[in-house]
Amino acid sequence: MSKFVYLVPLFPLIGFLINGLGRKSLSKSMISVIGCGVMLASFVVSLLVFFDVKANGATTVELFSFIRSADFQIPFAFQVDQLSSLFLLIITGIGFLIHLYSAAYMHEEEEQHFGRYFAYLNLFVFSMLLLVLGANYVIMFIGWEGVGLCSYLLIGYWFKNDQYNYAAKKAFVMNRIGDLGFLLAVFWLLFKLGTVTYGDVFSRVSELSSFDITAITILLFVGAMGKSAQIPLYTWLPDAMAGPTPVSALIHAATMVTAGIYMIARSNILYTMAPVSQALVAIVGLATAIFAATIALKQNDIKKVLAYSTVSQLGYMFLGLGVGAYTGAVFHVMTHAFFKALLFLGAGSVIHAMHHEQDIRKMGGLKKHMPITHITFLLACLAIAGIPPFSGFFSKDEILMAAFSANPLYYYIGLVGALMTAFYMFRLYSLTFLGSFRGTHEQAHHLHESPSPMTIPLIVLAVLSVLGGFVGIPEVFASDAHSLENFLAPIFAESNKLAHAHHLTHSQEYIMMGVSTALIIGVIIFAVTKFKKAADVNDENTGVAKVLENKWYVDELYDNIIVKPLHLLSVFLKNILEKNIIDGVVNGVGKLVGYGSRQLRLLQSGQVGNYILVMVMVMVIFVLIWFNDITIMNFLKKLF
Amino acid sequence: MPIQYYIYLSLALFSIGIIGVLTRRNAIIVFMCIELMLNAVNLLLVAFSKMHHGTALATDAATTAGIDGQLFVFFIMVVAAAEVSVGLAIIVMMYRNIHSVDINFLNRLKN
Amino acid sequence: MIPVLLILLPLLTGIISFFIKEENAAKGWGLLSAVLTLTVAVAGIYFYPAAQLSFDSAWLPSLGSRFTMSMDGMSKMLVLLTAISFPLIFIATYKNQYRNAGSFYALMLLTQAGLMGVFVANDALLFYFFWELALIPVYFLCSLWGGEKRIAVTFKFFIYTFIGSLMMLAGILYMYFQTTDHSFAWQSFYSVQLAPEKQSWVFWLFFIAFAIKMPIFPFHTWQPDAYEQSPTATTMVLSGIMVKMGIFAVIKWLLPFFPAASAQFAQWIILLSVIGMLYASLIAIRQDDIKRLIAYSSIAHIGLMSATLFTGSRVGLEGVMIQMFNHGINVIGLWIVADAIEQQLGTRKFSELGGLAQKAPSLAILLLVMAFANIALPLTNAFIGEFLMFNGLFHYNIWITAVAGISIILAAVYTLNMVQKVFYGNTTTLTSNATDISGNIRIALVILVVLVIALGVYPQPMIDLTKDTVGATMAGK
Repeated sequence: MSKFVYLVPLFPLIGFLINGLGRKSLSKSMISVIGCGVMLASFVVSLLVFFDVKANGATTVELFSFIRSADFQIPFAFQVDQLSSLFLLIITGIGFLIHLYSAAYMHEEEEQHFGRYFAYLNLFVFSMLLLVLGANYVIMFIGWEGVGLCSYLLIGYWFKNDQYNYAAKKAFVMNRIGDLGFLLAVFWLLFKLGTVTYGDVFSRVSELSSFDITAITILLFVGAMGKSAQIPLYTWLPDAMAGPTPVSALIHAATMVTAGIYMIARSNILYTMAPVSQALVAIVGLATAIFAATIALKQNDIKKVLAYSTVSQLGYMFLGLGVGAYTGAVFHVMTHAFFKALLFLGAGSVIHAMHHEQDIRKMGGLKKHMPITHITFLLACLAIAGIPPFSGFFSKDEILMAAFSANPLYYYIGLVGALMTAFYMFRLYSLTFLGSFRGTHEQAHHLHESPSPMTIPLIVLAVLSVLGGFVGIPEVFASDAHSLENFLAPIFAESNKLAHAHHLTHSQEYIMMGVSTALIIGVIIFAVTKFKKAADVNDENTGVAKVLENKWYVDELYDNIIVKPLHLLSVFLKNILEKNIIDGVVNGVGKLVGYGSRQLRLLQSGQVGNYILVMVMVMVIFVLIWFNDITIMNFLKKLF
Repeated sequence: MPIQYYIYLSLALFSIGIIGVLTRRNAIIVFMCIELMLNAVNLLLVAFSKMHHGTALATDAATTAGIDGQLFVFFIMVVAAAEVSVGLAIIVMMYRNIHSVDINFLNRLKN
Repeated sequence: MIPVLLILLPLLTGIISFFIKEENAAKGWGLLSAVLTLTVAVAGIYFYPAAQLSFDSAWLPSLGSRFTMSMDGMSKMLVLLTAISFPLIFIATYKNQYRNAGSFYALMLLTQAGLMGVFVANDALLFYFFWELALIPVYFLCSLWGGEKRIAVTFKFFIYTFIGSLMMLAGILYMYFQTTDHSFAWQSFYSVQLAPEKQSWVFWLFFIAFAIKMPIFPFHTWQPDAYEQSPTATTMVLSGIMVKMGIFAVIKWLLPFFPAASAQFAQWIILLSVIGMLYASLIAIRQDDIKRLIAYSSIAHIGLMSATLFTGSRVGLEGVMIQMFNHGINVIGLWIVADAIEQQLGTRKFSELGGLAQKAPSLAILLLVMAFANIALPLTNAFIGEFLMFNGLFHYNIWITAVAGISIILAAVYTLNMVQKVFYGNTTTLTSNATDISGNIRIALVILVVLVIALGVYPQPMIDLTKDTVGATMAGK
């Protein structure tokens, strides 16, 4: 089955083409059937591929030779192995659910835009599949930029709103900064090894000097910073919430932003051999996790809270990668995809019911109006907070345990972040679903549970969020029950051999789990009781709270140290250097010639007599000069 | 007759021509002075041609050396004739247009 | 025989076109000629035996100049580019109104003849002849059909390029007197191989001529003005094909003759080019005029090509080759969009535009593809070229690559700026009555978009086409 893997990205591509070209002629129901149908087909093929890999192991499928240069060759090939097949399932599975959800969520759109939406969404899935399927860094880069493109298109989907367009542009440009790092790493690999195919790179990694590996891994990580919204390139992700909510769920929570984690997990052997880069990944991840969590504490836009939560959770994944817990990171990608997609879709359901109101201060008491959304949202909150036995608990726990064995400080900071996660999620939950309704009468009148195409994905994702963790039961509970680790073992085998993991004792693990769970439950109870009444939500924030509400003023900082100077420089170059200096020199030469010619023109008086006089005088002068010539003198003497 | 006399005469004619061209403003007189200069040159050419041919004949009775000077004179005469016809035509046109044959009046080229 | 046909066809049809009085007849005639040339080019390159691709006959025997032509991979590619571009340009501008259309098309076709000649000539004097033949019609096109500031701008353009041409002529003559057999043939020039210390000033004579044509910072100031003021069809020729003459000439008429000087001055030229890339990109960020933005963006792209040329890397050279083609295609696409907007709305200012995506969705989508090709998104043709070129640059120096790489970020900034300000947002009073593009523009753009994607997904035919030139250049021939 693996050799038919090209069908997986092919279906969304076909969907993109049909919906994109036929967006004016197809009806909405046709468009949704095509959009969702191709995803379902893709998911089915992915399942078959997944089980094939599980049974028969990894293969590479080469489609054609993409670039065949004199110095190197880059095939257009797909790597079908444990890691990519797992991601295939996540992408196509969640992708399908979100397509289904979109069909209902976006039903108010005009046909033409509805088609455009599904075309973009299908194109995104296609790109994302290329990203994870590529058998070399260049194919990965194609997907890498492709998802950036679709993210741009979908953030700016409502293109009449200039605010959204700015957000889209910001996302694309920040991603490009990261992409430059990625590209440089690719060039470095090509320069040193002459190949970018994973298999060749990883087997010949010993040919690289440690400086090379460190540089390559850091550059790749710069790429990951952009795509996965890590400090300092994270500010685009919260702004990206301008896109339709299902898009936020699919692209900016479940799939695209985890591309950086996928890439590092894929290159795990490089990172394992570059301790400096690993430490950098861990520290940046941890810093982002904490930093984003603090901002999330004070946000009032339901999607912004979730966005910062995503940034924070991505930070955890990078922490996992940085401490060598590759399986843990991938595991968290998976569980995060379930519960964060669920949270976003739940939020979408709420926004839908609230007629596009996103401010949680104006919600409250939605529990009784939207039972399914409420229950599923609560389950997702529990999962992300890390309450056993929900899925988030297992994956986050695995990362934190690994962090503890690498450096206890990582663990303590990570734990603080986890507590903050629990706090802001339940603040969000309480303000939205508990207490009494704070919106307008009209909104209150229209509150309703969403239609079934929206609730079915919620239910499916809720089940996954609850049960998803059981594929990775830690050893402390049952030996050899971590089926995900076993499945992924071939991918991380080399790294695990090199890394000298010192495992914690079982009693240590029990204590840590117990303490953290107790603390989290405490925080949840505190948050729920504090915000159930929602008494002070409208108060003006002061001090630290104000700084947090304003996101540490990072956007303003970037604006002042990068954007504005760049614009000033541009204006300076355009108006001063280009216009006056460079063109000034060119025009100056022209003017000089013009001036000289105007002066010389005065000699031309127009009087024929003057001209002849000058002519005669010049002739006389010539004759006088000749007179000095001896032979002429002699000739003349002889004559006269 | 010594060659010097011819030279003196043509020098005189040529100088009269130049001075006439430089000082007179009437186009017809300027034109006549130009003719004068041309004829001064013609005279000189003929004189030198005769002198050379004479000396060459002393050694070789069949020589043609020196006669090309006289050929030139014919050319100049032909050119002068053409020049007169064109030039006079120009002057006539000039008179028709500005009712004057004063060359200083025609200085519009200076701009 | 093919090269001669490629020159004669546009030359003769062009001369005939001078006598066509009726506007539509002139347009049809021009298009017919361009399509015929394209047919000959494609047939000649892909279906005829290679022997047909060269031609040799006596021309000016007393000077030692022969009418010699040949086509290597690079010539083939650029001939193809020229042959493909002209029909597309004619189609896209079919509805534009011209005074005296017969002469307009005649001059366009003469330009095409000159361009074809430049790309196939194998004799320095012939090369110079065609170089000028391509330039002079453009001068008339700009000065007779251009915008309101056309006289000053065209004059600047002409003086600029003419100074370059004269320097090249001086260089050619110097080289001619150095040849042992007093011949202008490429081979004779190549076998001169001046002593390294003598190469430098001749090198600069040639290089400045080509640098002005490309153009490289700081010789570029004629370009935005000329692009802005020329009739769009001419601008497309100028930026799509004519700037490639500079790069082509560096590869064919500079690098092989002066290897020592090229190596000696490489670092300065690369530095200049990279500065030019960033400089042009930065200026483009604050542009308010579509045409000027495209012009500066083009300078930035050419900067990368010229920098890569002098790195002496094989991969880089491969990249430059295909990028010459790709850049031509992409920039013509962008001009078509700019022209479509200007023809319809009478302005190119961002501040007066906006919201066009609501009114002209097809144009918006086609532009979007072109815009993303302009910023070298993967699976568009420009990615392949830039990828290979940056690779070559990386072989030369990592830091230069990193600095040059900033331009790909800036490219995203200014290109998306344009997309946003012209197509997104709300409609203005001007754009609220806009309509979508007409059929002819749609056809041209769709063809270009198909080319962009096809060459982005499967670039191998282009890489293979120019393989022999790359090999020869790398071997120092």
